[in-house]
Parts: sequence; structure tokens; C-alpha cells
Amino acid sequence: MNYTKMGMNEKEYTEYVESKAEKSSLLKNCIIAFIIGGLICVIGQVITDIAMSYGLEKKLASSVSTISLIFIGALLTTLKLYQVLGKFAGAGSIVPITGFSNSIVSPAIEYKSEGFVLGIGANMFKVAGPVLVYGVCASVVYGLIYYMSKIFF
Amino acid sequence: MDLFLTYLKVFITGGIICTIGQVIIDKTKLTPARILVLFVVLGVVLTGLDIYKPIVDFGGSGATVPISGFGYALANGVKEEIDKNGLLGIFTGGITATSAGITAAIVFGYLGALISKSNIKK
Amino acid sequence: MKIGKHTIVFENTPVILSTGSAVGPKEKEGPLSPYFDTTIDDVYFGEKTFEKAESKFMAEAIDLAIKKADMNKNKIDYMFAGDLLNQCISSGYTARNLSIPFFGLYGACSTFAEANILAASFVNAGYSYNSVASASSHFCASERQFRLPLEQGTQMTPNSQWTVTGSGATLIVKADENNIKDYPHISMATPGKVIDLGIKDIANMGAAMMPAAFDTIVTHLEDTKRTPDYYDLIVTGDLGKLGSKLLIDQLKNYGYDISKQHMDCGVKIFDTETQDVGVGGSGCGCSASVFCGYIYPLLKKKQINKVLFIATGALMSPVSLGQGESIPGVAHAFVIENLEV
Repeated sequence: MNYTKMGMNEKEYTEYVESKAEKSSLLKNCIIAFIIGGLICVIGQVITDIAMSYGLEKKLASSVSTISLIFIGALLTTLKLYQVLGKFAGAGSIVPITGFSNSIVSPAIEYKSEGFVLGIGANMFKVAGPVLVYGVCASVVYGLIYYMSKIFF
Repeated sequence: MDLFLTYLKVFITGGIICTIGQVIIDKTKLTPARILVLFVVLGVVLTGLDIYKPIVDFGGSGATVPISGFGYALANGVKEEIDKNGLLGIFTGGITATSAGITAAIVFGYLGALISKSNIKK
Repeated sequence: MKIGKHTIVFENTPVILSTGSAVGPKEKEGPLSPYFDTTIDDVYFGEKTFEKAESKFMAEAIDLAIKKADMNKNKIDYMFAGDLLNQCISSGYTARNLSIPFFGLYGACSTFAEANILAASFVNAGYSYNSVASASSHFCASERQFRLPLEQGTQMTPNSQWTVTGSGATLIVKADENNIKDYPHISMATPGKVIDLGIKDIANMGAAMMPAAFDTIVTHLEDTKRTPDYYDLIVTGDLGKLGSKLLIDQLKNYGYDISKQHMDCGVKIFDTETQDVGVGGSGCGCSASVFCGYIYPLLKKKQINKVLFIATGALMSPVSLGQGESIPGVAHAFVIENLEV
């Protein structure tokens, strides 16, 4: 809209706000994300190695690890600890699979007040749903390309 | 010593992937849902371009635990099923390969909602 | 009577006879804690859902205001109230239990000023003898409506604000020879235009609302031909630290220096250094509880005598944001004064 009293247009105002706004400390955030994200991955590796030491083949062991991490993420979310971790670690706890778990469990808990079907059931994938939609669609596109290339080359 | 080196590789790979996410959050103000979508699609694309496989070979869980690893699993599943069953594999491969994760998330999510009530941590 | 471009003068000086305030746990830990009438440790306030709790905060604030004035509930003619939730459910459900004719308002975080201006107008015109004005908000209820589930682990960006859990209510009555001497009255109001300077960042609402506050203050001062020095306090609703700084700077550029009188409810209600609330509090309940709990008592004790109160609101919704719209701001001002003796 056109507002001239402050003598700034939208672009100038946005730039003015940006110049005065507090910036989050990128370096500090990145270091924390690196450490926490790295540690979660190490936990995943440890679980995989333990599962393999019990004689599971690599693929199954990796499934065990995924399930365990999702369980840990869900448990910490239920105990209200993942929100504390997330505040501190940022992408370090969003990007690993535990963050995927957190984004499924948190709306499920939140929308419980609206019932089991339309509350929990309908809202569980409010945040994580797009991940499945785009992940699956991308894999199908990749599959088509791969299939075509197999036929023609 | 070998074991330590393996875990160091896992730590560094996972750390770097999460750091990339952090830079994107701080620089672009993308919400978590968008970050997760971006990473899973990138995982599929990089797998298709044969770039993600070497990262997994190097970093193990460091590359599979981040959500981009979910994309890697989807793409790999599709590829293997196509090799085995042809065209139908496009539809069956992805979810088959990731079924453990998806089912676990739904079940634990539901159980979590049953036993817990929303609140702020003090 | 209307003066200037948009300013109303209430010649019959409707009186604020009493106020009530009720807030939640985070506000209880804040620096204004001793000023609020009721502070609750439990975000659920003993109810099953956050939405019900928010309603209860408003009911509590209204109840306190009526009780403190020693008035019978049946004597209240109208209730003007609003909140942040879709379809104003907190206010509607509070009104259900009060059986007072109800005007449901939405002005986002500016609702408290909007409610007071309308209640004062009714009383001034003689359409009402006694009216209540109230607004409420609840951190948990608005987080899930506007942003993400509470349990979602995300970082707070440095310029975001923390929605206040709480409510405030004023009881506005017809002035007579007795009450006008002892109680503050509403002397003027300047309703604000909706102004949007293209801010799209929901984590920086102070900046989105600042131009609206700027416009309303400038309009008010020009309409009344006053300078900021006329007022003991110029209070903004919830601009936060960044929005307040921008406002003071821009008004200074324009020729008004409000730096000595200015106070922001969102900055005042929390300790922004230690409470992890970003740049301060926000929500309808922020300006409502701070006015009712902190500013009104100062006026009543005559420690201050002239206050310009500007509540600011951001009029977006998750739908409009999803559709790529920017965040429009609105700011309503009203003047509370003690009769000069």
C-alpha cells in the first residue's frame, strides 16, 4: 500500500527494519547444530552396530536404528524435552529423523483436545505430511527417469 | 582406533548436514516443515545423481539419519524394485523401503498423544 | 464531538470505575507480577483445554472488575470484548455465562483499545450507564492457531514475541459529580487506519505494527494540536523492543520526541533479558492486563494524570500468510485523564 507519512515505501521500510533488527548468532547456532546433529547420528550408528553384532543384516539393522531413533524422538517429545532441545539445537534436532518423529508426535498431542479421529488422526501429519508427499513424489519422478533410461540405454 | 574413526566420520557427516540446515533456517527464515521437505527432496535428487551413495559409504548413519537419508532410502527403494519387478517398482519401491520409519512414527505418535497432554515446559 | 481528522472528544467524560486483571505463569515470573489481581501457575487454569482456560481468564478479569466496583452484574448493560482465537470464542463463551448483551470484537492485539473506545462511546452517548470492555489471549492457544504445536522443537527467532496468557477488563460508567473526582475518565479516542508496509515475517510483528502506531499517534497529536509533553505516559500495546525503537526513531524524524514518556506493555510485562520471550510480550491480553493491572492503579492514585494509550494489532491470519499476503497493522488510541483539581 502507499503510505507516505514516514517517507518510506515498502521496500525501503523492509530494508530499514532489516538494518535495525537483531540478528541470530549464525556461528553459535551452527556450532550447536553441528554438535547435536552429529551426536544424534552417532547414536544411530551405535544402534546399527549393536543390531549387526546380534547377527542382523545391514538393512534390517538400519531399520532397527531408524525405529529406535523415532522412538527416542517421540519419547522426548512426550516428556516435553524435545521442545527444550529444539530451542537450543535448532537444525541439529530438526534435520535428523528424530525431528521428523517430533513433528509427527507434537501435533498429535496438541490436537488431542479435538478428538481421536479429527483431532489426532487428521492432524498428525500437519507438519510432516508434506515430507511424505514430496519425498514420495520425488522418488516416483526419479523412478520414471531411471526406468526410461534402463529401456533406452 | 578403526571404530573411533568410523564414529568420527559419522559425527562429521551428520554435523555438516545439520549445519547446512541451520544456515538455511537463519538465512531464509524457512519453517521446519519446509526444511524437512527441502532435505528429503534433495536426498532423492542427490541419490538420483549418484552423489548421495558415496556420502553414505563415507559417513554411514551420519548420512542416513538426517531426513535427507529418508530421501535416499525412498530413491534407492524405487531403484531396487524397478530392477526386480520393472515398471511397478516405481509405485512399490519407495514406501516399502521406508515402511519401518513411517509405521514407527505413526504408532509412537499415536501412543504419545494417548498418554500425554500438551503443555509448556517450565 | 469529533475534532480534526479522526479524533473523538467524549464531552460526557465516561469514567473507568474499576479494572480487573488475571494472568498466567510466565507473566507471574515477570516484573509486573505484584500488580496483577490474579496470577495463575497452571496454563490450563484448571480447565481441560487452553481455549477454555483463556475464557476463564477473561471471566475472572471481568468478575474482578465488577466485584471491585461493588456493582451488581445485572446493572451492566453491554459487554465489548474480543480475543485472538478464530470466531472470538474466548469472549463468546465468557459472554455465554454472564448473560450481558455482547459485542464480539476483533482487532487482533488492538482489541482492548477498540473495546474501551466503543464502551466509552456508548456510555458517553447515554445508550449505556455501565459497560464492560475486555480482551484476552493465551500463549498456548495462539501458538497452535498461528504458528506450530507447542511440542515442536524449534528455535525462537530473535525478533519474535511471546503471546501473553491473561486478560484485563474495565468497567466504564456514566460520570457523575462524585465519581468524576476520584476516578480516571476516558476523554478522547483516535481510532486508527489499517496500514501495511509490506512486512511478511510473522516472527517480527513489532515492525509490522509500528507504522500503524506511528500514524495513529501523529493523527492524534495533529488533531488535538498537542505535543507529546502533554502526556505523563504514552503507552503502546505490544511493539516489543525493536518496534518501540523504530517508533521512537521515526516519530523523532517527524518532529515528535516521545522517548521520555514512552512505555511498551510488551517490553514491560516480561524481563526480555532472562525470560526467553524474544523482544517482549504480545497478544490482546498483553495491553489489557498491563493497563488494568499496572497503569490504571497509577492513574487512580494520581501518580500520573494523563495517559495516551495505543494498542497495536496485526491483522493477518495463517490463511492470508499462506496466500503470500503481508501483515497489515492497526492501532487504536484513547486518552485516560484525571480531572484537574
